[in-house]
Amino acid sequence: MDNHYSIYICGVGGQGIIKTSTIIGEAAMNQGLDVVMSEIHGMSQRGGSVSTELKIGGYNSSIIPSQGADMLLSFEPIETIRGLDKVNSETKIVYNTHPIIPSSSDKAYPSVDSITKTLNENFKHVLPIDGTKLAIDAGSVLALNMVLLGAVTADDNFPLSKDSVIDAMKNNLKPKFHDMNLKAIESGYKSIKG
Amino acid sequence: MNLKELVTGVNGDKHFLLGNEAAVRGVIEAGVSIAATYPGTPSSEIGNVLSVLAKDANIYFEFSTNEKVAMEVAATAAASGLRSFTFMKHVGMNVAADSFMTTAYSGVRGGMVILSADDPSLFSSQNEQDTRNYARLANVPILEPSNCQEVKDMVKYAFDLSEQFQIPVIVRTTTRVSHMRGVVEFGDVGDNSTNNENHWKRGHFKKDPSQFVPVPAFAGEMHVKLWDKIHEIEKITNKSDLNAEIDFASDKKYGVISSSSAYNYAHDVVKFNNLDIDILKLGFSYPFPQEKVAEFLKEIDEVFIVEEVDPIIEKETLATIGVKKMDVTVHGKLDGTFPLYHEFNSDVVLDGFNKILNFKKENDIKYSSSLEKLQDDIPSRAPVLCAGCPHRAMYYGINKAIEELGLKTDDVVFASDIGCYTLGINPPYNAADYLLSMGSSVGDGCGFSVSTDQKVASFIGDSTFFHSGISPLINAVHNKHNFVLTVLDNRITAMTGGQPNPGIPIDGMGDEAPEVSIRKLALACGCDYVRVINPFNLEQVVKTYKEAFERNDTAVIVSKAPCTLIKGLTKKPPVNLIESNCNNCDKCVSELACPAISKINGKIVIDKSQCDGCNVCIQVCKYGALEAGR
Repeated sequence: MDNHYSIYICGVGGQGIIKTSTIIGEAAMNQGLDVVMSEIHGMSQRGGSVSTELKIGGYNSSIIPSQGADMLLSFEPIETIRGLDKVNSETKIVYNTHPIIPSSSDKAYPSVDSITKTLNENFKHVLPIDGTKLAIDAGSVLALNMVLLGAVTADDNFPLSKDSVIDAMKNNLKPKFHDMNLKAIESGYKSIKG
Repeated sequence: MNLKELVTGVNGDKHFLLGNEAAVRGVIEAGVSIAATYPGTPSSEIGNVLSVLAKDANIYFEFSTNEKVAMEVAATAAASGLRSFTFMKHVGMNVAADSFMTTAYSGVRGGMVILSADDPSLFSSQNEQDTRNYARLANVPILEPSNCQEVKDMVKYAFDLSEQFQIPVIVRTTTRVSHMRGVVEFGDVGDNSTNNENHWKRGHFKKDPSQFVPVPAFAGEMHVKLWDKIHEIEKITNKSDLNAEIDFASDKKYGVISSSSAYNYAHDVVKFNNLDIDILKLGFSYPFPQEKVAEFLKEIDEVFIVEEVDPIIEKETLATIGVKKMDVTVHGKLDGTFPLYHEFNSDVVLDGFNKILNFKKENDIKYSSSLEKLQDDIPSRAPVLCAGCPHRAMYYGINKAIEELGLKTDDVVFASDIGCYTLGINPPYNAADYLLSMGSSVGDGCGFSVSTDQKVASFIGDSTFFHSGISPLINAVHNKHNFVLTVLDNRITAMTGGQPNPGIPIDGMGDEAPEVSIRKLALACGCDYVRVINPFNLEQVVKTYKEAFERNDTAVIVSKAPCTLIKGLTKKPPVNLIESNCNNCDKCVSELACPAISKINGKIVIDKSQCDGCNVCIQVCKYGALEAGR
């Protein structure tokens, strides 16, 4: 099953999740791999939870089965918890530690440290990164998706090269942001690779 | 990618496309001249893309006021010899149905294709109806693509089929096909070059009342001809490559028949679990390919029917088994193998297979109790009205007016409609009590006003008002109904992604267009009380609603302010908090529920990256703790 790789990407509407996923998908296509992706539009975009699912390598369905993700890439701490249905004991769990607190919610937002602690008790590959800070350091909070894109490319099992992901980024985003995005991708990559 | 490549791309190009973008390429490869829609998710992006590309692609494109008009635009184009395309969400078919049914009788000359996007699991819809029933109701062919390449290819093929048999053809997608992204290889672009000074080609309507005017004498004959066509097309569905067997089995005991997105799950479950099962995939599913299905069933003892929403293939298969006197057991929705509702996925299909085949390895991960607790305790994140949304201000104001009139919540029935403002259902607004369909709020207002002694407030958006709010408003006036109708005029069709509507001076191709006044329409319908208010001015909102509720006729309030998501609006600076004045009354958080205001660690916090400067919270605060930004 070489080159089979499924990524569940989740977060909050407006964080650039669909664009990030499209870039990975296009990079896979350019490397000659089969790729399908599922995205949610419409009502879910009004500040609600958003997710995409990306499957590389010989799948017809664009929906990842439960416990079927190789990577869970989460743009927001509690959205990580909502995405755990897709996770198995080998899944890499990469998540941004900067919370977006829902405005009118019934329940209190848990501390991010307790989320990290609980995830570590249950899973082998828990990889929190302060993506929002890295994005601001790279030039803008809006580069968060590029930081997380860089983090994906750092996984040893990820079947695409960092260069092909960067090429797809350049094909999808405005040239005036390329330098900032490259910086963001690089810092996301390093935050995982060390 | 650059969307223009959908027009300029050549045979052999490969792109990573959304299913809806692939549909547009199919339309361009088919050489379509006329396209019309009313936006509806999950089909909306087709219109968004066409509105940008229409001129480059020699296509006339319009956002029609509703799906019925869009159907009529497409039907007459096809009657005039042009290729025409209309597309909508599944419930749009209900609106278009009256004209659609007759189009099946009269038929077409140029190819006419209707794409209807179903929404299993109701991601953004009020029901899960199955478009495949419409193919049977009207007696027209239906194609069911499973992926983006098939969307493109089947849209193109549907035009050839339509032209060959002079019949409209439906292409049915689901949310998971329309909003799937996948690799699409392009074919050649069809010739639709213009023959006049416009950017699109003109046809010529050759008169023939016996084909196009369904008076009883002619319509009876049309129905006979329709059946002749369907019998001919059935021969094709029995031979078509779109109805193909995918072989995985050596021992032919079990089989699967499937279509659309459901096929993808069946395929992956069989493939990745090495199940000894062949699959018959139906891409061209009506007229039902009974001979091909019988051929498939002959080889097997038991068959799984994997289809989303209604058990249609299942019933057709049972009929086939009956007609052919076969002995095959059918496992589907009707015997409880698969659920009767909601979308499928690989897990659902695997569970269904497992009920009969018992192959699944139990592999339950046990989580720590702290994780289970965390999963139960995380806050929900439902969609909300945006910061700066004019609907929030209006809802706050009407509730204030109701309170000041001394009325209780139960004294007023809120009839809502389809749009972002349906989110008014949520607390603290609680402003949606009844909803049926597009435009229903106005007819519902009529009904409640004669059926109860409660006050009635109906809410409808600008685009929805143009769609189907006007004739019930005439009904309200003429039949002397007593309710307050609010038209939430946010200058855009917001929920579906910001399409223009007749209330703004731009059409579907970005050209200047006459702006139709909602106020004048309401006056022309005969309403005596019509007021246009600025929802961000709370004093005016409250005063106007109090006045309107005390009347005994159909009062219309146009709450007019642009959607905050419209590009190019001048933004006001965010609101400032004067902490020393804050009395911690929480009114701004609990009564306004703006996503830019939250209470963190006992303190009010304004999220300046979200605040739109609408300044409604300033008017809500009694203690002067909020001030306009500078």
